[in-house]
Amino acid sequence: MDKIRQEGKTVEEAVQAALEILQISREEAKIEVIEEGNNGFLGLIGAKSALVEVEAKKTSREIGKEFIEDLFSTVELEVNVDILEEQTDSEQITYDLHSPDLGIVIGHRGETLDALQYLTSLVVNKQANQYIRIILDAEGYRERRKQTLERLANKMARKCLDKGRKVVLEPMPPHERRIIHMTIKKNPRVKSYSEGEEPFRKVKIEEVD
Amino acid sequence: MQEMVEKIARSIVDNPEQVQVKKIEKDKSITLELSVADNDMGKVIGKQGRIARAIRTVVNAAATKEDKKVVVDIK
Repeated sequence: MDKIRQEGKTVEEAVQAALEILQISREEAKIEVIEEGNNGFLGLIGAKSALVEVEAKKTSREIGKEFIEDLFSTVELEVNVDILEEQTDSEQITYDLHSPDLGIVIGHRGETLDALQYLTSLVVNKQANQYIRIILDAEGYRERRKQTLERLANKMARKCLDKGRKVVLEPMPPHERRIIHMTIKKNPRVKSYSEGEEPFRKVKIEEVD
Repeated sequence: MQEMVEKIARSIVDNPEQVQVKKIEKDKSITLELSVADNDMGKVIGKQGRIARAIRTVVNAAATKEDKKVVVDIK
């Protein structure tokens, strides 16, 4: 598909022209020289142009997107994947998932989305030269969940102070516990810590004496 | 469901051609037996079974539309 043959006076010129057409950099291309080409005699007689074949390599972004879409197409679930450019750079790719079955894709407390995020990270980083952090979002789910957790943390901190005893939260994955800890840190009257083994690790909130 | 397990496994192992998934269907459950090359076992299980757990979570989510319980076994 993204593979073209290009002629040029020299190999270098042909390659440059092909990269220009495909809109990719040299690192993103697989280049094969088919004809070396030569200038002929005084550039007049027997001159032969160079011919190269240039193919766009799959980028990490594409590998992740294709993996997620292909995965759901095997079970006939329609899931479309966009890249959130504002949260994507050379170290991180953020995908936004859309689907009529978004509830299934997210799962209870986001556990399906987290599992999918982990698997996508394995697939992308299997090919990548340097580690790329993969984040999966689904129509703003992460931000909504963050706000919910912040509210929960504040409510539990109040409960802890009102009742004057320790409050134990339900088990949560690491990044959700982190949001709780960050919120609790803003309140000097309470402190939080985690206890137990994954995936049942829980946050506990205590009054500071 | 079988295809989905195959797709995940093939995408994360070093020897995709050796990935096999056998489907055993019963009244109320489907068991999917995943087998991979010996040196790829770690790639589908992961530290403390983390990868296996992620595969099961995704497959079970996809199975919610069906009435059957899906079990993924790695052998």
